[in-house]
Amino acid sequence: MRLIILEDADVVAEWAARFVVQRVTQFAPGPDRRFVLGLPTGGTPLGMYRRLIDFHKQGLISFKYVTTFNMDEYVGLPRDHPESYHYYMWNEFFRHVDIPPEHAHVLDGNAPDLPAECQRFEDLIQEAGGVHLFIGGIGPDGHIAFNEPGSSLVSRTRVKTLAYDTLEANKRFFGNDINKVPRQALTVGVGTVLDAKEVMILITGGHKALALAKAVEEGVNHMWTVSAFQQHAQTLFVCDEAATLELRVKTVKYFKTETHTFVWQALSEEHQRMIADLPVPQQALLH
Amino acid sequence: MKPKSGLTRFHNCNILRGGKIIKEDLWIRDGKIVNPEQVFYVEQAEADITIDCDNLLLTPGFIDIQINGGWGIDFSFDSDNVEQGVYKVAKELLAHGVTSFCPTMVTSDKNKYASILPRIKKTPGGKHGATILGVHLEGPFISLAKKGAHSDDYIINPDKGLESLREIYGSLNNVIIVTLAPELPGALDAIKGLTSLGIKVALGHSTANLADGEKAVKCGANLITHLFNAMLPFHHRDPGLVGLLATTTEKQVFYGIISDGIHTHPAALRIACRTNSDGLILVSDAVAAQGLPDGTYSIGPMSVSVENGRAYVVGTKTLCGSTSALDECIIKFKEATDCSLEYALETASLHPAKALGIEHIKGNLNYGCDADFVIMDPKTLKVLSTWIAGECVYTAPK
Repeated sequence: MRLIILEDADVVAEWAARFVVQRVTQFAPGPDRRFVLGLPTGGTPLGMYRRLIDFHKQGLISFKYVTTFNMDEYVGLPRDHPESYHYYMWNEFFRHVDIPPEHAHVLDGNAPDLPAECQRFEDLIQEAGGVHLFIGGIGPDGHIAFNEPGSSLVSRTRVKTLAYDTLEANKRFFGNDINKVPRQALTVGVGTVLDAKEVMILITGGHKALALAKAVEEGVNHMWTVSAFQQHAQTLFVCDEAATLELRVKTVKYFKTETHTFVWQALSEEHQRMIADLPVPQQALLH
Repeated sequence: MKPKSGLTRFHNCNILRGGKIIKEDLWIRDGKIVNPEQVFYVEQAEADITIDCDNLLLTPGFIDIQINGGWGIDFSFDSDNVEQGVYKVAKELLAHGVTSFCPTMVTSDKNKYASILPRIKKTPGGKHGATILGVHLEGPFISLAKKGAHSDDYIINPDKGLESLREIYGSLNNVIIVTLAPELPGALDAIKGLTSLGIKVALGHSTANLADGEKAVKCGANLITHLFNAMLPFHHRDPGLVGLLATTTEKQVFYGIISDGIHTHPAALRIACRTNSDGLILVSDAVAAQGLPDGTYSIGPMSVSVENGRAYVVGTKTLCGSTSALDECIIKFKEATDCSLEYALETASLHPAKALGIEHIKGNLNYGCDADFVIMDPKTLKVLSTWIAGECVYTAPK
């Protein structure tokens, strides 16, 4: 597990987008060799999507040979509802890039047989050969995808009932009426994400600070499901300064040194060059 | 290879949708505008053809609900080669971004209606020309006192309501709008009759007071013909038909307005626009001289002389229609009122479509609508190409 501490949410977005570009480019995907990407929704990854769209327009990345799997979707919300994740993905990402529609997979929360839909999704991931890079965000309570506190850490894609906290937090998107918030969602399991070769979790903002501390400094705990990624060999937590507020000074110092080392040593030369070529303040990466 | 999806995607363009100009792709198939989100998730299809619009403006095709002719053709007069004449104008209009229009016949002899009206059929547009939505009959059931350029020999009262109209016009199958004066005896019955047939009624060439106008609206009329022209001027104790812009009847009243820079003073345009912005429809009210140099032409049975682009009844200073096409009217209107570009474009597309009750198929770029649109230079508003049912029907010379 690595923790990359960057200046603010913009730098996190930039860094994450470049990381995707680097990983896809390095993989050199083709018609019979697709790069498989797991994708989140929500406010945190929005900046990353916008940068990826820019990179696509600049010709730095194509999604023609990329297959995507989204983490989750509400149950029973119309596909074109502004709060549905289909809507989010279409408007914030898919429509702007060249991904073939048949390779962009989002769980269907309106499927007649929801467990079958979940199984279909797992099967599709298997058929695609597993996920190369799963990107996630977390909730203030440390949930990853809709794996609410208390979820099994070996769970697979399934129907989940949402926690009251989540309903409360999301009601602002549904006219402040908690009764309009869908009660259930389809979500990949913690185990599904753990199967990915590499995982990148984006965490920004002071309100996520406690969750980050629980994820990084305390033990693996099913009440903070993101903590399970401590046991994943290739996980990156990418956070901003604000999200580190609940961490110990010692932890921050250690990972800042490591950020320095990691950014410049663990990445390929090509990636280092890309970072150098693009206008991110150097100190934001170096600290 | 994937099977053909039949989809065309206009990429990199700014489109007018929902009252805003937005950076958005336009997807079309089988002549209709389709929802790309649906295509992506449900059909999982991609476009066969992607057209890079290079940041140009893509706006709904213009709809001219009042046009008497152009390029030497007068719809009310040339009864020998009616179809040829209408098609000529329909074709020429494409260069002005007009994708649908209502050929307008002014007050004419009964024989003219018999010989011309059945031959102007509602016709879908295409490379041959703009869509003919139906004929707009302006007169002869109008006020003598406000005849404008109409010939008083044929002006008549609709005493027997719809029956009187049928006696003069014959079959109403090809008709979409009738302009009449609501204060005439029998007019209200005629309005009810026309409305029940689905024909829109416009009020004009009239001395009606506001009460007459409101009665007419209650009976089904929803349009005013070339506001300010050929009606009583606004008076604060009886605002006349102009008062309908601020009427308390619930229905939206639409009004045609000629913004050729000649027929209506810019201040009058602004008054109308600020009083009832949703109802404003730009019309060209163009005459045979449209697209031709100064000279003498005919409009109905009258002779018209065009001097410096102004069309007068010969020997008088009575204006009798414009020589500007709708695209020029939009530019002049925008300059005169300093309105937003979105609004200016909607007054020539969405508003006329609404007045005719066809906004679900024409006048906007919503999903499911006909793919009738114009690609324009966003700065000069020059029409660069015109498209009907997804087919390019006009391209401006380079």
